[in-house]
Amino acid sequence: MTTFADTTFTPPELIRNFCIIAHIDHGKSTLADRMLQITGVVEARAMRAQYLDRMDIERERGITIKAQNVRLPWQVDGQDHVLHMIDTPGHVDFTYEVSRALEACEGAVLLVDAAQGIEAQTLANLYLAMENELTIIPVLNKIDLPAADPDKYAKEIAHIIGCEPEEVLRVSAKTGLGVGELLDEVVKKVPAPVGEADSPARAMIFDSVYDTYRGVVTYIRVVDGKITPRERIKMMSTGATHEILEVGIVSPEPKPSRGLGVGEVGYLITGVKDVRQSKVGDTVTSEKKGASEPLAGYREPRPMVYSGLYPVDGSDYPELREALEKLQLNDAALTFEPETSAALGFGFRCGFLGLLHLEITRDRLEREYGLDLISTAPNVVYRVIMEDGTEHVVTNPSDWPEGKRAEVYEPVTKCTIIAPSDYIGAIMELCQAKRGQLGGMDYLSEDRVELRYTMPLGEIIFDFFDSLKSRTRGYASLDYEEAGEAEADLVKVDILLQGEAVDAFSAIVHKDHAYGYGTRMATKLRELIPRQQFEVPIQAAIGSRVIARETIRAIRKDVLAKCYGGDITRKRKLLEKQKEGKKRMKMVGRVEVPQEAFVAALSTEEPKGKK
Amino acid sequence: MPSALPEGEPAPADGSLPASSLSGLGSRPFGIYVHVPFCATRCGYCDFNTYTPGELGSSASPESWLEGLRRELDLAASVLGTPVPASTVFVGGGTPSLLGAAGLTDVLDAIYQSFGLAPGAEVTTESNPESTSPEFFAGIRDAGYTRVSLGMQSAARHVLAVLDRKHTPGRPVDAAREARAAGFEHVNLDLIYGTPGERPSDLAASLDAVLEAGVDHVSAYALIVEDGTGLARRIRRGDLPMPDDDVLASSYEMVDSALSGAGFSWYEVSNWATSVEAQCRHNVLYWKGADWWGFGPGAHSHVGGVRFWNVKHPARYSSLLAEGHSPAAGREVLSEEDRRVERVLLELRLAEGLPLDVLDEAGREEAKRAVADGLLEPLDDRCVLTDRGRLLADAVVRRLLP
Repeated sequence: MTTFADTTFTPPELIRNFCIIAHIDHGKSTLADRMLQITGVVEARAMRAQYLDRMDIERERGITIKAQNVRLPWQVDGQDHVLHMIDTPGHVDFTYEVSRALEACEGAVLLVDAAQGIEAQTLANLYLAMENELTIIPVLNKIDLPAADPDKYAKEIAHIIGCEPEEVLRVSAKTGLGVGELLDEVVKKVPAPVGEADSPARAMIFDSVYDTYRGVVTYIRVVDGKITPRERIKMMSTGATHEILEVGIVSPEPKPSRGLGVGEVGYLITGVKDVRQSKVGDTVTSEKKGASEPLAGYREPRPMVYSGLYPVDGSDYPELREALEKLQLNDAALTFEPETSAALGFGFRCGFLGLLHLEITRDRLEREYGLDLISTAPNVVYRVIMEDGTEHVVTNPSDWPEGKRAEVYEPVTKCTIIAPSDYIGAIMELCQAKRGQLGGMDYLSEDRVELRYTMPLGEIIFDFFDSLKSRTRGYASLDYEEAGEAEADLVKVDILLQGEAVDAFSAIVHKDHAYGYGTRMATKLRELIPRQQFEVPIQAAIGSRVIARETIRAIRKDVLAKCYGGDITRKRKLLEKQKEGKKRMKMVGRVEVPQEAFVAALSTEEPKGKK
Repeated sequence: MPSALPEGEPAPADGSLPASSLSGLGSRPFGIYVHVPFCATRCGYCDFNTYTPGELGSSASPESWLEGLRRELDLAASVLGTPVPASTVFVGGGTPSLLGAAGLTDVLDAIYQSFGLAPGAEVTTESNPESTSPEFFAGIRDAGYTRVSLGMQSAARHVLAVLDRKHTPGRPVDAAREARAAGFEHVNLDLIYGTPGERPSDLAASLDAVLEAGVDHVSAYALIVEDGTGLARRIRRGDLPMPDDDVLASSYEMVDSALSGAGFSWYEVSNWATSVEAQCRHNVLYWKGADWWGFGPGAHSHVGGVRFWNVKHPARYSSLLAEGHSPAAGREVLSEEDRRVERVLLELRLAEGLPLDVLDEAGREEAKRAVADGLLEPLDDRCVLTDRGRLLADAVVRRLLP
């Protein structure tokens, strides 16, 4: 089947570029699937749920990490149009990627679950879209659900974006109800793209993906001029030039085209093998007679959260390096460099955009590369200024400078929390404990409230989200964005086993939280580390000052009483098994620490039954 | 429930052994173990290969067992070539005393006929105190038994009850006296400590009783809760507490100090004797890697680096032999390293210690550290567990091996 959308260089006035802003689980992928179906680009029988989410982990977690985009034909009043739907990542870690995806659009569908209302993440992205002057089309989804309360949430949305409740569309992405009308609305409301067709080419990269067979596939939105196959292009941030091997559109499989014109969205392939050579936000132009000014808004990806990743089996170190290198091909934000831990051996200090980014990366390393990993407690980046004026940037607690510190700065965030008003007290209490400062509070509707806090990023990445969820029975949603840095009274707490500091357990914490951290870790470790042939003292210390202490008593008996003739084979096999188990032990000085103890001690969850 | 057999390779149906295992046969001590798989009732802690009359029904009997035993003795004699006179015989179970003096005489007669005994051979039978009498001891003494091992376990009535032992607290001491009166110079009492509910005073009373009985050998074992036993189920259900390792350690120290004070010396982690002559030579043979053939259902053998084990059920055992087949269920041929590992884990438990040249370079270095830690002490070119080391023997073994 051929359609109007199959050929490119469509006149800009017949193009509409839009994205969908929605919270996880509010049905964005289902709506996208339905749009593919209703516009005929995917036949019903070829449809698989969440067509656009490619990675297994995304499908499993039901979230989108990497944006995808698709070109759809749609007719309104007999006039053919081309719609570019740009899928946006749905998580707080990827705010920058979201901002670039929004930049590629003129309109945004605000999709809200009619049974749950708007969530903090959605609100943040909505504000971002409004700042970018995108046309917002408000939509309530899942109106077929028995629990749906479209009238209530239509009012809420109208209140936030400043429209009439009647203007909020109502659809069911699941059944397809109202989806056609929504596409009509996109054509009618979203402005057509505007650009200079005769100017030098300028196209913005809003995503780039590594493909095993094709190398890096770069997704672009043409602003000015045109991009055609067989020309040489230049990346304006670095000046690197590449030959274009293919230009095409996605509908939803990639199709080569004769180029892309003003306002069009598609992909290009140059044969580069590493997404860091094709960075999100960068401007693509022609090598010859190229543009002199890049498009605004480009930023180098910058890790916010660091964690050490170590193979459980030290001999897997080369595999871990290779796997990280492969992941980096597709993840420009991931950084890593070799690091050695006395306790954990050889590993890598990895930088991530946030906690989810960390978790996903770890998941992929374990699942796709079959690695068994230990990750150290995540930390943020600290800036330490010494009394002598020297400055240290600390990405690993082990690098915390000794000596006289004059000032310590930590990254802070602006947080938005949306929750039913019943939980205001619980949320405020939690935020205060996490050193948050209330910036403001608004009622979105009678019983839903938005709280704004300034809070250290280091507190958020620890266990804030889990605590927030448990204190609000899962009803609260959270969003945060970086908001510079602030001075704080921070100290490094070391954990010592038999007098020897275990680098993997060191943490930078606020002075007032040091005792709590020290006691918690010492108690946890006493429970997790099996008794040894000698007594093992566990201490928590700030510098040379011990703030907490526990003792693991020496084991007194480790011998099987009986050993008759028929036991010998069994005894030897038991010994072999125990020896295998010993290989999974990490030695801290002379103390054997099971891997599980590291994993459990480093996880932020409290031991069961102790809350 | 009897525990499972090890996994190994299939054993040949004719019972044959690799030629390599037979070389040097006869130059090492050769022992015979006979397994009597019968008990009147099953004790809750026991996972040995034994069966009650109710469990066996008509499928097996002491008569069919004895017939199988005779056949296995003939098979073994032909597999080993020239018959090797046994330097030790140990009849264990199950409850050998259930066979009565006549049955035990038949067993020894069959051994005389197939293998013969070396001069001065040690011939032991286990017995349950409640199935012995002065007449029983006189009968087996006449038959040629030289040593009796009695399952005493405890002198506390409530401990015996948890262990399902049927004898009265005073009976083992009486039985030991009867055995000595019948001419047995070597009598052993078995103790179990750490039974749920056992108090230090109970163990002290047991030790007093042992010393009062005037035996020359004591085996004292910490209670092991074996998977699949009634005791394990009672503990899992929470009816009884799991024995605590720290309490077991204290109990061991109590046993060792009481016996040492009364002229006993430990010669293996769980075994004490009043003299070298009083040691159980048969058990020492196990621990020193000598050859032995274990006869009877579920019995394990070791000949020149090959370990093999028989099918467990008495009915299957007898029928295989009746069909002219070996009763072996499986075997393993030990590698050089396996044999070295076994030497470390067995000989380290002995008071005479482990020759240091059995260890590799790293093992010898680790042995030095274990000496510094107070777990081992050097003795000529051997290393010997210290008092504290005995309680941590398995941990020391793990340290000494790669």
